[in-house]
Amino acid sequence: MHKWLKAVVLLGVLTGLQLPAQAGPAEDLRAFQDYFRKKFPDIPFDEFSNGVYALPQAKDAREQWQQVMRMPPYEIALEKGKEFWDQNSLGSCFKNGGRNIAQHYPYWDKRTHMVRTIELDINECLRRKGKDPIEDLKQGTMAQVAAYMKSLSRGQRIKIDISDPDALEAYDEGRRFYWAKRGQLNFSCADCHVTYVGKQLGGDILGPGLGHTVGFPVYRAEWGGLGTLHRRYATCNLQVRAAPFVPQSRQYRNLEFYETYLQQGLPLAAPSQRR
Amino acid sequence: MKRIAHLIAGTTIILGIAHVSPAAAVGEMPDKQTCASAKSGIIAGGCIATDREKGNCMACHSFTGIERTRLQAGNIGPPLVAVKARYPSQKRLREQVVDASQFNPHTVMPLFGKYRILTDNEIDLIVQWLYSL
Ligand code: HEC
Ligand code: HEC
Repeated sequence: MHKWLKAVVLLGVLTGLQLPAQAGPAEDLRAFQDYFRKKFPDIPFDEFSNGVYALPQAKDAREQWQQVMRMPPYEIALEKGKEFWDQNSLGSCFKNGGRNIAQHYPYWDKRTHMVRTIELDINECLRRKGKDPIEDLKQGTMAQVAAYMKSLSRGQRIKIDISDPDALEAYDEGRRFYWAKRGQLNFSCADCHVTYVGKQLGGDILGPGLGHTVGFPVYRAEWGGLGTLHRRYATCNLQVRAAPFVPQSRQYRNLEFYETYLQQGLPLAAPSQRR
Repeated sequence: MKRIAHLIAGTTIILGIAHVSPAAAVGEMPDKQTCASAKSGIIAGGCIATDREKGNCMACHSFTGIERTRLQAGNIGPPLVAVKARYPSQKRLREQVVDASQFNPHTVMPLFGKYRILTDNEIDLIVQWLYSL
């Protein structure tokens, strides 16, 4: 398997780049959101927070999803996240005790000169308290705690600040990642979540890029629990036979920065459930 | 590897091909046993085309025969119909499978030959199968 993955990394990366003309984040944002508004004029803006279930193509799946969400399968995990949060008094590390701040994540941090995510700040908080950081950044405790922290900001509208010139570099790396073809199967994120949104790839409906990130962490039966956004990124990379990056790697943090900026104005709806 | 291959298919299709006789008519999907012994011809091509770890063509295209299987066809690419009528030469058809980016630089159709997803022989067989659709 490793030999196979290695061969794959060399392929496809950065070929056939279909980046829209560079005009700056404000322009990117308008073009991106307008594309989805025009393509789906009957979907109210806030509805996009429900991911693929916002689409008319997913009408049947949506009914099932609404059933599931009446007794969400992540309840126990969320409860565990709250226990961990309280036991370690994580609230003391965050503004406002951690309430109504998740809409500003991820953010560009001047001091550490990097994009910081909720997962990184949770571990930083543990470190400051002399405790061991959480190692698994894809699932388990981290997904539970991040889900709990995000739930404290449910409904808050995404507001990402990229006014710092250095933040633009990170944003731009994320942007290139999103539009670059990669993997042996040669797909960009945008191929599936912008260009072919609503189409069917075998039995899966391709969900809209507008709405990405705001429901995470999500519960998936296939995962048997909650997973973080970077776990989903790895899944999407593997689907096209591209080598995934490590969760919380610079590449994935910058991708999250770019993707989340494009959600500006959408209400947070985490945690959620997805197929 | 198995698990990864599962992820890669990117779909939740239940694999299980409906039984049809080995002397399957053109365009029909043969069963696993038939595929295991088919080394050449249209049937072998159809087997490679519908193998999730090979062509996986149904992820994006529908075609005759698929409705008799439990595979679910996607609709990212056009239905593969009347291929012979539209492609006077097998050469041009082969090029589409080898490297679809020659005709559309932004294509999402995997570059089956160029990126060595399929061998030359496998592509030859797929082209024979395509010509029967
Ligand atoms: C080959 C198709 C394909 C490619 C390429 C792809 N994805 Fe996905 N992605 C999917 C499918 C299918 C799903 C599950 C249905 C859905 O939510 O869209 C999904 C789901 C997601 C989700 C979860 C959405 C939610 O609300 O649960 C995110 C986030 C995501 N993809 C981001 C990306 C990013 C970023 C890239 C590029 C690195 C990418 N995808 C590349 C097919 C793809
Ligand atoms: C991930 C999507 C995808 C997969 C998998 C895929 N294709 Fe395609 N295919 C397309 C798209 C999209 C087009 C339309 C032309 C373009 O954009 O390049 C296309 C076009 C074609 C055409 C020309 C269309 C016509 O009717 O004239 C043929 C022939 C074809 N594909 C055959 C195949 C075969 C054979 C396989 C499997 C070995 C396959 N495709 C797998 C997406 C795909």
